[in-house]
Amino acid sequence: METSEISTNRARSPERARRFSDRLASGDTAANLIVFLAAASIVFITSWIVFELYRNSAASRHEFGWSFLTGSSWDPVNEHYGALPFIYGTIVTSALALLMAIPFGVGAAIFLAELAPPRISNALTFLIELLAAVPSVIYGLLGIFVLVPMLKSAEPAIRATLGFLPFFKGPFYGVSLLAAGFVLAVMIVPFIISISREVLLAVPADQREAALALGATKWESTWDIVVPFAGKGIVGSIFLALARSLGETMAVTMVIGNTPQISMSLFAPGYSIAAVIANEFAEASSEMLRSTLIELGMVLFALTFLINGFARILIITTSKKGNAT
Amino acid sequence: MENPIRVTSVTGTTPGSSALPRGAEAGSKGAGTAELKLRASNLNFFYGKFQALHDINLDIHENRVTAFIGPSGCGKSTFLRTLNRMHEMVRNTRVEGEVELDGQDIFGLEVSQLRRRVGMVFQKSNPFPKSIFDNVAYGLRVNGFAGGKPLHDAVESSLRRAALWEEVKDKLNDSAYSLSGGQQQRLCIARALAVNPEVLLLDEPCSALDPIATAKIEDLIFQLKDSCTLVIVTHNMQQAARVAEYTGFFLLGRLVEFDKTTTIFKNPAQKETEDYVTGRFG
Amino acid sequence: MTPRLFYRKATNYVMLTLTGLCALVAVGILFFILGYLLWNGGTSLNLDFFTKLPVPVGESGGGMANALVGTGKLLLIASLVGVPIGFLGGVYLSEYGGSTFSFLVRYMTDLLNGVPSIVIGIFAYTVIILRQHHFSTLAGGIALGIMMIPIAVRSSEEFLRAVPASLREAAVALGASKSRAIVTVVIPAALDAIITGIMLDLARVAGETAPLIFTAFGNQFWSPGWNQPTSSLPVMIYSYAISPYDEWHRQAWSAGFVLLSLVLFVNVFSRLVLARKGHARS
Ligand SMILES: Nc1ncnc2c1ncn2[C@@H]1O[C@H](COP(=O)(O)OP(=O)(O)OP(=O)(O)O)[C@@H](O)[C@H]1O
Ligand SMILES: [Mg+2]
Repeated sequence: METSEISTNRARSPERARRFSDRLASGDTAANLIVFLAAASIVFITSWIVFELYRNSAASRHEFGWSFLTGSSWDPVNEHYGALPFIYGTIVTSALALLMAIPFGVGAAIFLAELAPPRISNALTFLIELLAAVPSVIYGLLGIFVLVPMLKSAEPAIRATLGFLPFFKGPFYGVSLLAAGFVLAVMIVPFIISISREVLLAVPADQREAALALGATKWESTWDIVVPFAGKGIVGSIFLALARSLGETMAVTMVIGNTPQISMSLFAPGYSIAAVIANEFAEASSEMLRSTLIELGMVLFALTFLINGFARILIITTSKKGNAT
Repeated sequence: MENPIRVTSVTGTTPGSSALPRGAEAGSKGAGTAELKLRASNLNFFYGKFQALHDINLDIHENRVTAFIGPSGCGKSTFLRTLNRMHEMVRNTRVEGEVELDGQDIFGLEVSQLRRRVGMVFQKSNPFPKSIFDNVAYGLRVNGFAGGKPLHDAVESSLRRAALWEEVKDKLNDSAYSLSGGQQQRLCIARALAVNPEVLLLDEPCSALDPIATAKIEDLIFQLKDSCTLVIVTHNMQQAARVAEYTGFFLLGRLVEFDKTTTIFKNPAQKETEDYVTGRFG
Repeated sequence: MTPRLFYRKATNYVMLTLTGLCALVAVGILFFILGYLLWNGGTSLNLDFFTKLPVPVGESGGGMANALVGTGKLLLIASLVGVPIGFLGGVYLSEYGGSTFSFLVRYMTDLLNGVPSIVIGIFAYTVIILRQHHFSTLAGGIALGIMMIPIAVRSSEEFLRAVPASLREAAVALGASKSRAIVTVVIPAALDAIITGIMLDLARVAGETAPLIFTAFGNQFWSPGWNQPTSSLPVMIYSYAISPYDEWHRQAWSAGFVLLSLVLFVNVFSRLVLARKGHARS
């Protein structure tokens, strides 16, 4: 560009300074400062949370080191704590929840995005999003008084059909890993549905039309073309749901049985990280117990952080792909 | 090109529709005596690395209407927006060269002061989601005008100047969105006029309007000429011919030709200009 | 029809039906929850619930007036913390953003949004309760306020961004400074949507229990001032539900019914308002 060379000497360097004085004169600087401080405080608060978790878990980290994550005794009398039963309970209940929620949530999302007429789809989505707004303590309430008795009465049937599996052995009191997994599944289905639906809707129409034009049935075009196209985004929605279920506290606390043990059987009661914090923190009498619970909080934070981050990457890359085409 | 077709019908419906001679006549009448109002010298404009304007030099005269024509994307809006530094709203833009308003470098002026003096009306009417009154009063309030009778009077006179008063005087407190498209555009003109700008920049003010609304705005431009300097971008060559004393033709970011409107349309110096005004050009 | 085509068609219908069933069951769960709570909680709800304090085990009657007030106070503090930071942070991202710093802010907001609520409770405990050595309304409210921030930021940013750029340009072209344009044009244009978004945000934290268990704790009586432990609706539901007493279970259902009605009412109302606005805009 020849012109730019000719006129570089005319480039206005004092421009910045002038603009600053403009802003100062018009009160822009004050406004800028206020909103900047608000934004900065978000960064500050989030970092502060991480810092407090780290600082207040120091005693526990020094005492137990990495073996904290693999130890399985929970012994308040001798102040010896291992996190494994809680990590186990958290992961098993969440995995169970995903197992039940994925087919269901993705199925419903496919229906809403691809098959239902827009008006019906919007109405149903509206209702499903309401489901996501139900507070978790309400799910816990229904878990205790509806789900647990229901599972109890279904116990003989489960034993008769699936009893040969190691997952359905031992006594069953209702409150259990199974019950917690169930409640979590119900809670995360709306998330999977609404995010997957959005990802599916973002798939360009020409993809579908191409398949249909080749004589594919509606289902074939959906399952063979649209769903794979949105695949990463759907997986992302599943991971978001997973992060949520890992951190879910109240509903799980109310139905998991709160017993720190590691058992193959889903009929057995268990414990989750969030639940043990909820139950023990207020009454934690010793420094060490409190520090241990905070370290558990930090583990939970780290888990959800990793999974959320992963989910976001997946969702962002699929929506980019949709936009590019 | 569909413009000429639409335009011929406009010419038919415009009141006093021998508009072309009228504009041309006005152009020949005043050109020599007018004072210089705005001057751009060696103006280059960049959107990031992309250079949208190349070395623009031109003078705009006081109390005259100056029109800019040219194919889409040639930089007309960009140039217009540079004149009151609206380009600063867009990230990553850079200007080289000079623009002077009454001999003063506009980049040295306080920007809101500059914009008060050099007002702007946009292609798509953009009234605020406020009442008709508050729309017109906005600029006055921003510039430190308190409420009460003086404010009301100022609003009224701006609406009168924009030839809108009779249509809205009974519903000043209604939402501006209750007006028709043409009324909304005149409201935007009234809003811009309220702060008494010395220069009014109009970026395709009629492109979204029907012929009758367009005619009203053209009439308005004639009346405003006495009190202010007007610069108008238009895709409609007949419109330029009707309203403007001076016309500039832009092509690919360069000002190909700038002269009296009659010269541009009847006797252009450049081949490209001739091709464009005779419709032989995309 | 060939067997293969028949098979394909059959699969088509079976799968379509199955996915429809999934959606229906999901919606069915909502109606089941509503119906069950209405039946269980609505029937045992009476005026005492709203006016009386809880009674000790063994006595029947009593209510949760203190928990209702407690939730109100907690939400008030939460709004005082969460709304200014969230809203202004949203203004920053939408109006001043674009730099590396806004990337950081956005990232941290997302991160904060993903922090499990119980961990926010731990944070409020370590920074407030550990210093004060007693549970308090203030600590609980602050925990909820922090939880409000991410959604408040996101919804404010989104709604401010939806305000057309042409309105900002119009204001600035009239000589308004950037901040003036934001305060007098951009924010008012988005205000009702932003308020609706904040209502949704409040409804979300109104049902949060985990961050309150060891901050606001609980209280069988009225909680005077802001610095004492207080009961709240969600914590009451939790502690009554896990108690062994039938009478308390009944109370938990009533409280659940009240909480859910509140949350769903705000949600339905706000979403309808937003949907209508979205309609008007497009
Ligand atoms: N915000 C922007 N960022 C980058 N490039 C831009 C931007 N705005 C305009 N341009 C480019 O600058 C050139 C000039 O654009 P401008 O809007 O000034 O054209 P115009 O003559 O007003 O066209 P039209 O008649 O269509 O309004 C075009 O090539 C356009 O693509
Ligand atoms: Mg333009």
